[in-house]
Amino acid sequence: MATDYATLSPDEHTTTGLPNTKLAMWLFLASECLLFGALITTYVLYRGASVTGPYPADVFDIPFTSVSSFVLLASSLTMVLSLVAAEKRDYARMRIWLLTTAFLGLTFVGGQVYEFTVFYREGLAISTNLFGTTFYVLTGFHGVHVTVGILMLLSLVGMSWGGRMPDDSAFPVEMVGLYWHFVDIVWIVIFAVVYLIPTPNPA
Amino acid sequence: MDEQLDQFHQEAGEVGIPDPREAHAPHKEHPSAKEYVRIGIVLAALTAIEVWLSYSGLEGAVLIALLLGAAFLKFVLVVLWFMHLKFDDPRYSRFFVLGIAGAATLYLVVLMTFGVFLDP
Repeated sequence: MATDYATLSPDEHTTTGLPNTKLAMWLFLASECLLFGALITTYVLYRGASVTGPYPADVFDIPFTSVSSFVLLASSLTMVLSLVAAEKRDYARMRIWLLTTAFLGLTFVGGQVYEFTVFYREGLAISTNLFGTTFYVLTGFHGVHVTVGILMLLSLVGMSWGGRMPDDSAFPVEMVGLYWHFVDIVWIVIFAVVYLIPTPNPA
Repeated sequence: MDEQLDQFHQEAGEVGIPDPREAHAPHKEHPSAKEYVRIGIVLAALTAIEVWLSYSGLEGAVLIALLLGAAFLKFVLVVLWFMHLKFDDPRYSRFFVLGIAGAATLYLVVLMTFGVFLDP
């Protein structure tokens, strides 16, 4: 009697030969490109179109944001080091790197909250002008993604401590890592397009 | 149970379906910790160059091209090494590039429609 393929769990077979979870993660990340593409495009579209201040040059603190960017890049490195440890089944080291990654992510988000607070005190609210609206929505969405990533990292650490990680511990670490690196590459684009490319103030 | 599974995979293999038990195996070996650190140093250096460029006094299209070029290099390094697209099955790359290319095409058309690239 032929095997009924449809009755097998999706975890047990795949018609592509690729893990379904990993394929789904890449498809999810591809769809996230559309989300962040829309937000970045909107920022570019209204760049320099604000008729009232504060303008980007009035509020941006490039040295501060540069340090934040270094922190997020460093977190990507610690993330892959946790994967290396997981692949070697060195779970104690894996947890240390995961916690370091979460701490660096938290530092980045803390910096973003501080930056938003300073901007608000300088008169830039989300409804002040087109710059405020597009800037807060874009960077805010990114910050939410980083926060979700931190929760995923801490969940991995908790599961590992509780002995609830699957035998192949490297796989969930790799999946969370893909999400974390995606958040990092989005910031690479935001840092260049929003912060470093100068926006002319309207005459 | 194992025998049933073996039989299933044998039948699946006969009709051209790959063995999923090999699915978790990476296409190639992932890089070592040393190589990751080297990539991290290059990324940090590129970020430092970007920041320096923004203070260099360069203006206009040259500055924008250099900054976007550096950002693109960083993007590619992270995707290829940290996200393992250089080492994993090429189908993952195809899915991701499809998303990126689709998004870039769509939003470039939107920006051109609004005349963003035209001189004021």
